[in-house]
Amino acid sequence: MSLIEIRRVFTHVETIEHEFGPRTVPQHRGAIGAVLKNPYAGRYEPDILPMMEALNPVGLEMARTLLAAMKMEPEQINSYGKGAIIGSAGELEHGALWHVPGGYAMRELLGWQGGRVSYTQGQAGESTAPQSRPLAIVPSTKKVGGPGACLDVPLTHITACYVRSHFDAIEVSVPGAPMADEIVFILVMSSGARVQARVGGLTPEGISKFDGQR
Amino acid sequence: MKANIRKLVVQVDEIRIEMGKPVVPPTRRAVAIAVIANPCAGRYVDNLDELIEIGAELGKLLGEKCVAALGITPAQAESYGKAAIVGEGGELEHAAAILHPKLGAPLREAVEKGAALVPSSKKMGGLGTAIDVPLGHKDAAFVRSHFDAIEARVSDAPRAAEIVVAVAVTDSGRPLARIGGLQKNDITGQDGLR
Repeated sequence: MSLIEIRRVFTHVETIEHEFGPRTVPQHRGAIGAVLKNPYAGRYEPDILPMMEALNPVGLEMARTLLAAMKMEPEQINSYGKGAIIGSAGELEHGALWHVPGGYAMRELLGWQGGRVSYTQGQAGESTAPQSRPLAIVPSTKKVGGPGACLDVPLTHITACYVRSHFDAIEVSVPGAPMADEIVFILVMSSGARVQARVGGLTPEGISKFDGQR
Repeated sequence: MKANIRKLVVQVDEIRIEMGKPVVPPTRRAVAIAVIANPCAGRYVDNLDELIEIGAELGKLLGEKCVAALGITPAQAESYGKAAIVGEGGELEHAAAILHPKLGAPLREAVEKGAALVPSSKKMGGLGTAIDVPLGHKDAAFVRSHFDAIEARVSDAPRAAEIVVAVAVTDSGRPLARIGGLQKNDITGQDGLR
């Protein structure tokens, strides 16, 4: 039996024009939630790693679908995040399967040139090329929840996670999902800063170390 | 544009498998949501023409957003619905002013034809309040496979002086619909009912 059964795909795109202050640059944010059957629901399965591998093409398909729904090019994306909501017959650890396939699918689509293989194997990986933009960790959150559960998925700058204007979060929920034997895997992307960001700190222009942080 | 739009949200829900059975083709429902300032909030305003005109604008904008998000031609739209959530500084009649007098005609243009009533719902609400937007077949209200609803919700709206306006459009009925009644292929589509 295939480990991958995509039951439902939910896309959400939004444009924030203002937040009661002066109009500047609208922020475009998007989220995609794929509702998958949880092949490990209802029991303790010691070896869940096969699903991590099987999720790789799912992550890539989701990242592509989200970009298309946002009608944006990879170079227009400046922050990202990911998450998972595990139905009640699963465990939190099943959501952790998303860390490699979710994050790296999105990073590769946005131009990352690092080594997914070494990361997958738990190694540090070769140093990343400064010319590739998605150097920063993809922030994430996960929980076990019932149908319609909301997850606040964090967003941070794709090159340097300390860029203060880009610390953000988007609430994601898929009405009716996850059911007990399902997992909602989520990717989120944004065009950039909070729409009225003005609390100082590191700016995108100030990125200088290219270490994924500053 | 008369409407002061703070936020515009478009969602598409595609169902590929239901109760273990493939849904072929998948059902696809879109909902487009505008968060707008309520120009009549905070006081009693007798004449609601401003909201009525905003309704006309939003019927076109949100209807076209749904059709574009589904990637279909207007003629391929099968069902529709509309709804509004009024923030606590307004009154329920404000939702009626947006939804009923003028929103329908431009929405029908966006989905081509639309002989049937656009089913609707409305309520007062706060931030993150959800509303279930009813769905019915656009040309024949009695098509049983297309009675449905889609949830619309914006986490940070409506503020007290805002209104959340939602329009939903689909290219399909319910997944695995099988309770009989009028079928979409058997409609005449003239009287809005059958």
